[in-house]
Amino acid sequence: MFDVAIIGCGVVGAATAFMLSQRECSVVVLEKENDVATGATRANSAIIHAGYDPEPGTKMARLNVRGVELAQKLCKELDVPYIQNGSLVLAFDETDDKTVEKLYHRGVENGVPGLEIISGDEARKREPNLSKQVTSALWAPSAGIINPWEYALAMIETAVRNGVELRRECAVTGLNKTDAGWSIETTKGTVEAKYVVNAAGVHSEEIHNMAAEPAFKIIPNRGEYYLMDKSDGGRANSVLFQCPSAAGKGVLISPTVGGNLIVGPSADNAEDGDCVGTTAAGLASVREKAMKTMPDLTYRGAIRNFAGMRANSDQADFFVQVSAPGFVDLACIKSPGLSAAPAIAEEAVVLLEGEGLALPAKAECITTRRRIIFNELTQEEKAKVIAGNPLYGRVICRCETITEGEIVHSLHCPVPPVSIDGVKRRAGAGLGRCQGGFCGPRVAEIIARELGIPMVDMLKDTAGTNILIGETKQKNK
Amino acid sequence: MNHYELIVIGGGPAGLAAALAAYEQGLRKILIVERDKELGGILNQCIHNGFGLHHFKEELTGPEYAGRFVEMLKDTNVEVALDTMVLEITREREVHAVSVAKGYQVLKGDSVILAMGCRERTRGAIAIPGDRPAGVFTAGTAQRYLNMEGYMVGRRIVILGSGDIGLIMARRMTLEGAKVLACVEVMPYSGGLNRNIVQCLQDYDIPLYLSHTITDIRGKGRVEGVTVSQVDARRNPIPGTEMHFDCDTVLLSVGLIPENELTRQAEITMDPRTNGAVVYENMETALPGVFACGNVVHVHDLVDFVTAESMRAGRAAAAYVQKGEADDAGLITLKNGDGVTYTVPQRIRPGNVENAEVFFRVNRVCGASEIRVMSGDTQIAKFKRAHLAPGEMERIMLPKKLLEKAGSELTVGIVEL
Ligand SMILES: Cc1cc2nc3c(=O)[nH]c(=O)nc-3n(C[C@H](O)[C@H](O)[C@H](O)COP(=O)(O)OP(=O)(O)OC[C@H]3O[C@@H](n4cnc5c(N)ncnc54)[C@H](O)[C@@H]3O)c2cc1C
Ligand SMILES: Cc1cc2nc3c(=O)[nH]c(=O)nc-3n(C[C@H](O)[C@H](O)[C@H](O)COP(=O)(O)OP(=O)(O)OC[C@H]3O[C@@H](n4cnc5c(N)ncnc54)[C@H](O)[C@@H]3O)c2cc1C
Repeated sequence: MFDVAIIGCGVVGAATAFMLSQRECSVVVLEKENDVATGATRANSAIIHAGYDPEPGTKMARLNVRGVELAQKLCKELDVPYIQNGSLVLAFDETDDKTVEKLYHRGVENGVPGLEIISGDEARKREPNLSKQVTSALWAPSAGIINPWEYALAMIETAVRNGVELRRECAVTGLNKTDAGWSIETTKGTVEAKYVVNAAGVHSEEIHNMAAEPAFKIIPNRGEYYLMDKSDGGRANSVLFQCPSAAGKGVLISPTVGGNLIVGPSADNAEDGDCVGTTAAGLASVREKAMKTMPDLTYRGAIRNFAGMRANSDQADFFVQVSAPGFVDLACIKSPGLSAAPAIAEEAVVLLEGEGLALPAKAECITTRRRIIFNELTQEEKAKVIAGNPLYGRVICRCETITEGEIVHSLHCPVPPVSIDGVKRRAGAGLGRCQGGFCGPRVAEIIARELGIPMVDMLKDTAGTNILIGETKQKNK
Repeated sequence: MNHYELIVIGGGPAGLAAALAAYEQGLRKILIVERDKELGGILNQCIHNGFGLHHFKEELTGPEYAGRFVEMLKDTNVEVALDTMVLEITREREVHAVSVAKGYQVLKGDSVILAMGCRERTRGAIAIPGDRPAGVFTAGTAQRYLNMEGYMVGRRIVILGSGDIGLIMARRMTLEGAKVLACVEVMPYSGGLNRNIVQCLQDYDIPLYLSHTITDIRGKGRVEGVTVSQVDARRNPIPGTEMHFDCDTVLLSVGLIPENELTRQAEITMDPRTNGAVVYENMETALPGVFACGNVVHVHDLVDFVTAESMRAGRAAAAYVQKGEADDAGLITLKNGDGVTYTVPQRIRPGNVENAEVFFRVNRVCGASEIRVMSGDTQIAKFKRAHLAPGEMERIMLPKKLLEKAGSELTVGIVEL
């Protein structure tokens, strides 16, 4: 019997596990996929929003602003790529100018630090590629960019090191109230826990309905993106949003922490919350809208398209509350869910305590993490690292200069990957301009060797994504 | 610091030929740095025939062709550093490399030859919409799995792009028992060699759809199917022309991009049309003492031309070390005239050559044509061709006495007769 079972290991589930791992309690995280952070957490804009967007007084507003504070601290402690590069909300006409003012006042009310309205010319001085049509902009210095899946990984890894149990390929299929708490049916048997936390993202409605009367409706909404080569990364310095208007929220253009440029997202309601394909229409709408911000942007440097699924809902606010005895919903976590995640987790701790779970702080626990990122080291440091472990002298991913040392390290971390994309998310191999074309087969070999997985069973990503179908005639002979 | 007369980066056919040529010219401290565990470059995975018809006057497989050069190396004292990756070259010709065996090394070259080859364009570069299942490979990656590691990547295949690697893989997969359903090409002509269209598609009854492209990929785990649509003259899909193929694999053969990260880092002048360095007649880049050859300069379809070009680079590097910088009196810049997408070299120093060999590609398929070389309004040379196609690289020779007559600019163009 666990004290707490967390359902779903996106950034919200991971943050909750991380916060609870610093308290005296036993925690299990149940994740349906073969890896963590494969839902909305891996496919989003990767922005830590400053917090001027949500309506004052909402949970979203409070948790967003608190989340930014926590992100600054956590990213430093857990070695997560995060750059506080600020954001601009761009106005293109008088109506937009008014919206910018409204956002400014909203932000001030929400407690967002350092907000400032600047002129179009000032904006262009900071962002030389900006359209001449920009009339004014809201500058928010506390906004930033982050590696979203690394954020989740860092928190769940640390939680696991602190004793949290993570069960993967363990989908929750039913919840039954018991005297002691909850009996949780999963694809890997029954799990007993006193308390349950629902962090199932786009599936949070299904999980809620297993425990309580229906209270909200998830309306999955797809956002599609272009990711551009590093040679395009310098086209923007800050996060460049367009003013929300009657025509919609617009698209953003931003550098990523990896030095690429991200352009998107589109917004379309989707039938199937698990279907994260891209569409010709969605990609076209991204290109068309982005032109407004940067008329000269071309897509010659595109290296990848992807789509993420927002857990939009019929709720205006995050659905963060106790919905049944000992059952906490962290549901309807749409944007700015990534920014708010650690604050949502803090809230979960408070809600659990309110439900009667005693959560004294652990006398000793791990709250920091360090990684070797070979490419970021100085020449002397590189020499030293290779001297310590020669595998750091073999570059496997040539686009991102990721070494065998980093890949092997990721394969033996507390939450080891089981697929080529899993290695990509941890070590960065395959994220670059050739998208794993070169290193994919080599990474597969290393996974096979280190984890003892036969090559023919090698997965690109989640279950069913086998890359090979068998051996060739010659090899069979 | 380790010092060499010549450091060659890349041990594919380009690097091998360049090193051997420099050795023949008398250099005795030469190092080839190769990131793979063996020499030969992309040839190692090209187990089909068709290499060396020009250079060796016989048909060899890729590994055999590379093997000849590796064999020749044995009689020299050229050093080879395998499993060693060059991370950076500086403008002072310092080469920073890492390896398991030797750690972080800084090597100094009196001259440097860039021979890093190229990489394949991927799905993201051409923005094919749809799901992102397993089973979408670049043709070269599939070739590596198949030919070097002995694994099949799929059973029912659709190939996008009619570049040579895709064509070769159509045949290879068929011989391995897979069914290649179609080869789909967005342009109205193939990007590959005509002989490959015949030998790899037609001989196996694989349909080639010109002016078509993949407009959707479906599949949750593995690819389950693709939609192929016809495109109009501006390459936009035409609604209503959709065809569906049930396949488990998509191979992409949609172009190669010279691998010039090191070149860019060293701020060597690039040509946006080739995606390679701007080079002189002897394959020297804009940075004196640094030369480039092979696919890193421009994408070749025949390895024999890589060899010829690379030997020129090797000889020039030796001359640079032995005699110093070349004389650039009377510098001629080559311009692209009608129908020509690029030329290599882009600059010629007439004092430095007997015959300048110029490679170029055309932007459309033409019947009987004339290649015209113009100096202002004056035509200084013409060459007849029965046929021109973007998939086949063209080569002309400009003799010295002709170059001496030319002004500071020459334009290479084509006219269909
Ligand atoms: C296009 C887009 C752009 C965005 N941009 C931003 C942004 O820039 N800034 C920002 O702050 N936020 C942004 N967001 C929002 C942010 O990404 C999400 O709010 C956040 O990632 C949600 O995390 P989560 O853990 O709730 O959900 P998820 O990451 O989706 O995790 C849910 C997990 O639950 C698991 N699960 C589901 N059902 C079950 C089950 N039955 N049993 C076990 N496990 C289950 C899933 O497999 C998944 O791993 C964006 C979202 C999208 C889609
Ligand atoms: C699939 C395919 C089929 C072909 N078929 C034919 C054919 O039938 N007939 C024919 O004549 N030609 C054919 N060709 C063309 C011919 O093989 C190529 O033009 C030729 O291999 C290019 O030689 P290269 O040395 O420039 O590049 P590569 O062969 O690519 O060699 C480049 C080398 O540089 C190394 N390298 C790169 N960066 C670094 C670094 N930073 N540090 C250290 N080492 C580095 C690489 O590992 C590689 O070994 C084919 C090519 C391909 C890809």
